[in-house]
Amino acid sequence: MAEAVIAGSVPTPRGTVEQRVSAAQAAAERVSRRTRWALIAPALIVIGILGIAPLIIILIYSFLKPGAYGGVIPEFSTNAYVQFLFEKDLFDESYHFTTAHFQIYARSLGLAAFTTIGSLILGFPTAYFMATRPAHQRNFWLFLITLPFWSNLLIRTFAMFVLMREEGIVNNSLLYLSILEEPIRIMYTDTAIGIALLYSFLPFMVLPIYASLEKLDFRYVEAAYDLYATRWHVLWRIIVPLSKPGIVAGCLLVFIPALGAYVTPLLVGGGKSLMIGNLIALQFAGSRNWPFGSAASLILMALVMIALYVYVRYGTRKSGFAHG
Amino acid sequence: MTSLAAVEAQGVTKVFGVGPDAVRALDTVSVTIRENEFFTLLGPSGCGKTTLLRLIAGFELPTAGDILLHGQSVADQPPYRRAVNTVFQSYALFPHMTVAENISFGLEMRGVSRADAKKTVDEMLVLVQMSGLGGRRPSQLSGGQQQRVALARALANHPKVLLLDEPLSALDLKLRQGMRSELKALQKRTGITFIFVTHDQEEALTMSDRIAVMNRGQIQQLGSALDVYEKPVNRFVADFIGDTNFVIVEIIGAENGWMRCRGAAGLEFMASPAGNKKSGSATLAIRPEKILLRVGGNHGEIVQSVYTGTDTNYQVRIGDGSGLNVRVQNAVDGGSPFTVGDKVGIDVPSGAARMLQD
Amino acid sequence: MAELAVHSGGRRIAARKFDLRRLHGFGTIAGACLVILYAPILILFAFSFNSSRSVNVWTGFSTEWYPKALLNDKIWGAALNSMQIAIFATICSTIIATAAALATTRTKPWRGMIASYMTINLPLMVPEIVTAIATLSFFGIIAGILGTRLGIIQIMLAHTAFCIPFAYMPIRARLEDMDLTLEQAAADLYATPWQTFRRVTLPLLMPGVIAGATLAFVASFDDFTITSMLVGPGETTLPIYVWTSIRRGISPEINAMSTILLVISILLVSLSFLIGRKKY
Repeated sequence: MAEAVIAGSVPTPRGTVEQRVSAAQAAAERVSRRTRWALIAPALIVIGILGIAPLIIILIYSFLKPGAYGGVIPEFSTNAYVQFLFEKDLFDESYHFTTAHFQIYARSLGLAAFTTIGSLILGFPTAYFMATRPAHQRNFWLFLITLPFWSNLLIRTFAMFVLMREEGIVNNSLLYLSILEEPIRIMYTDTAIGIALLYSFLPFMVLPIYASLEKLDFRYVEAAYDLYATRWHVLWRIIVPLSKPGIVAGCLLVFIPALGAYVTPLLVGGGKSLMIGNLIALQFAGSRNWPFGSAASLILMALVMIALYVYVRYGTRKSGFAHG
Repeated sequence: MTSLAAVEAQGVTKVFGVGPDAVRALDTVSVTIRENEFFTLLGPSGCGKTTLLRLIAGFELPTAGDILLHGQSVADQPPYRRAVNTVFQSYALFPHMTVAENISFGLEMRGVSRADAKKTVDEMLVLVQMSGLGGRRPSQLSGGQQQRVALARALANHPKVLLLDEPLSALDLKLRQGMRSELKALQKRTGITFIFVTHDQEEALTMSDRIAVMNRGQIQQLGSALDVYEKPVNRFVADFIGDTNFVIVEIIGAENGWMRCRGAAGLEFMASPAGNKKSGSATLAIRPEKILLRVGGNHGEIVQSVYTGTDTNYQVRIGDGSGLNVRVQNAVDGGSPFTVGDKVGIDVPSGAARMLQD
Repeated sequence: MAELAVHSGGRRIAARKFDLRRLHGFGTIAGACLVILYAPILILFAFSFNSSRSVNVWTGFSTEWYPKALLNDKIWGAALNSMQIAIFATICSTIIATAAALATTRTKPWRGMIASYMTINLPLMVPEIVTAIATLSFFGIIAGILGTRLGIIQIMLAHTAFCIPFAYMPIRARLEDMDLTLEQAAADLYATPWQTFRRVTLPLLMPGVIAGATLAFVASFDDFTITSMLVGPGETTLPIYVWTSIRRGISPEINAMSTILLVISILLVSLSFLIGRKKY
C-alpha cells in the first residue's frame, strides 16, 4: 500500500495547508459541540422539567392564596410569608407575633447542628482509622461503612425507634442489669430525634473525610514528628488542616439533609417535635395550606443555599497547604 | 514523480495555548525521513520530539506548516485516515480484548475478512515470538510481552511507516538491550520506516540510521550516529550526547586544515575548524576517551578516580582550576596506570577537539 | 515512605511507619461507630425470628413471621409497584446519566458545563421533602390540564429525575479513571470516533454503568418521602407498605419485612461495589 491517506476519505480540497487544517479543526469542533449538547440534553430536560420547574411552581405558589380543599387560588397574596411570623387573632383580626414556626426552624437548625457536630466527633476518628489501614483492608472498611448509607432510611430509623422506646431493648437491658430503676423516656423528644439523625447520617460524614485523608501525604506527618511535634500538635496543626476539604464536605453532607429531615422526625418525633420537613408535609396533607408549605420550603431552601455558600467560600479555598 | 521521502515535515510549528502562557512546542521544523530508514528523534523532555511524532500520527494538528506522507499532504487528516501506526509508550493495549483481538483490531476496522485477519494475527505472533499466547489478556502478560503485542498490533496493518514513542522506557535494562537489537533486526527485515522517539542517547546511537537531536522545539543537528557523536555542531548536541569536556581556548593560528588553539596550563590543541572562525576565543568540545594521559607530565593532577568496569574515569585538575574528565580503558587485568595525586601530562591528538559553532 | 525495618528472627516489621500514623483511641472510636451503625439493624434482624409478638423481649426462636409477611397479598401488590417503578426509573436514568457523563467528563471546559453539572446534581442538593411537595404541585397542574391524574407514571417520572445523579456518579468516576491513550490507539488503528466509542469506550465503561444502574435501582426502590407524597388512593410501594404497617402496630412481621428489604438493598449494593471495582 503506497497510499498515504486511506481510501474512502473525503478528497483533500485545494487551498493552503493552514486553511485546510483550520477547516478540519473547525469541523471537528462543530461535531463535538453538537454531540455534547445532544448527550447532555436529556438530563437537562428531565431535571429541568421535573426538578427546576416544580421549584419555580412552588415559588409562585408561595405568593398565592390557599384553596379550600388544597391547591391554590390564583390570587396574589403574601399571606404565606406573613403567616410564618404572625398569627391572626380570630376575634379581633389583629396580628400577633408568633414564634411557633420560628421554634420549629430553630429546633431543626439545632438538631442539624447537633447531628453535624456529633457525627464529626465520631466520624473523623473513624475516617482517620480507615485511611490508615493497609491498602487491601481499606476497601473492606469502606464497604462496611457505606452499606448502611445505602439501606432503606425508613427501616434504619425504625430499627432505632424500636431500640429507644420505653419498652425497647436498651431500657429493658439497663433495667434488667439494675442500672436503672425507671426506663429512660426519650422517645418522641428532641433528644431521640437527634440520636436517630446522628445514626442516619454518620456515614455521610465519614466518607468525604476518608476521601480527603486517603490522599494525605503522610510525609508531612513524618516531618512534623521529626521536628518534635507531639501527637496532639500533629493532629490539630497538620492532619486536620490538610483534611479540611473533606471535613467541610462532610459537614455539608450531614447538615443539609438533617435540616430537611422528614422520615426521621416523623417516626421518632411522634407528631410533637416537629422539624421543618414535617411542617411542610403537614401543609400539603391535613392543613391544606399549600402556599404556606411552599413558603416554608423556600425558607428552608434559603438556609440550604447559605450553607452551600459557606462551603464554597470556606471549603474549597486553598488554605495555603498544597496537597501532593 | 516518485520520491524517496516516506515522511516529510515542512516548516511545522505547533503552539499550545494562547496568549502569554502559550507554549511553542515546535518551531518551524523541517525534516525529511526516508523510506526504509530507522530514524530517531532524540532529545530531553519538552524538546518537542513527542509533539512531532503526534503530528505525524495525527493526534495533533499543526499550527503552521505541512506534514506529508509519501508526498501527499495529510496535515488535516484525522489519525484514522493516515496510513501510519503507532507503538505507544504505555502500550495502550485494550484491556478487555485478548492478545489476538488486540492485534486484529486495526484489520477489523479496515474490513479485512475474518480468515485473512486470523492469518495475519498468527504471522504477527510468530514475528514477535508470542505464538500460542493469542488467547491471553494484557493483564496476564509481563511488560516485555505487552510491548511485543503493541508492536504486533501496529505491524499487523502492514504500515509503511511505524511510529514508536519511547517504547522501551518501561523495561528494565537487560530487556531493553535485548529489544533494541530485535527492533533493529525487525526494521531491517520488514523494510518499514521506523520513526523512533527517545531521550536515551545510547538507544539512539545503537539503533539509528539517522538521528535528529532536538531541543526547545527545534532540530539542533541531523545526521548519522557517527556524525552527531564525533561532529557535534553546537554545545547542546555535544553536551547531550555522551560526555564532553568544554574547554575555552584562544585561536592562535591555522595549520594543515586544523586550528591551533591555546588553553589553560599551556595546553595546545589542534582542533577541527568551525565555520569562519579564524581568531579570538572559542569553545572546544573534547570527548573524555580521546584525551591521552602521560605519567609524570606537568599539565595537571588527578583528583578523582572512578572505576566503572570497562574503564576508569579520571578527573584531572589543570592549572587554572578547571577540570577535565578523562576516560581510560582498563587493562586486561582490570588495572589502570594512574592514581589520585599523580601528576600527568595531557595529549590531545589532532582533530580530537572540535570547535563549536557558537 | 520512611520505614525503619526491624529485623526480628528474620521477619521484617515496619515498626516506625505504623507507629507514627496511629492516634490513640481512634481505632476504638472506629469500632464503636461500626457497632453503632450495625447494632440496630442486627437487633431488628434478630427479632424477626422472635416467637412472640414482641420486638423487645426475646421469647424464643421462630420463623413464623416470614411466611406471615410474605403471604400477605397486599405486600405483593406493593412489591410489584416498587419493581415497576424502580426498573423504569433505573433504565431511563442510567441511559440519561451515561450520556450526561460522556458530555461532562474528560473534556475541556465548555460554556455551560458547570451549570449542566450543577443541574445534574440538583436533586441531591434539594431536601427530599421539598422535591416531594414541589413535584406534587407540578403534577397537580398537569392533572388539571389533562383532566386526569397520571397515576403511577407520576412516580416513575419523579424517580427517574432523582435517580439520575445516583447513576451519574459511578459512571463519571469510571470515565475519569479511563486511560485516554486507549482511544488514541483505537484511532491510530483506523477506528472512526463512533467505532472507538462502541468497541473501546463503552465496553470499558460498562462496569461503571452497571454500578450506576444498581445505585439508581436502590435509590428508587428504597424511596419513601417523595413516593408518599405522590401516591394516589390504592397505590402503594414497599416502603410505604412498611410505614402503614408500623402505623397499625409493631410486630416482628414488620421486622421480617424490613429484613427482606434490607437484604435486597445490601445484595444490590454489594453487587454494585464488586462490579464497579472490576479492572479487567
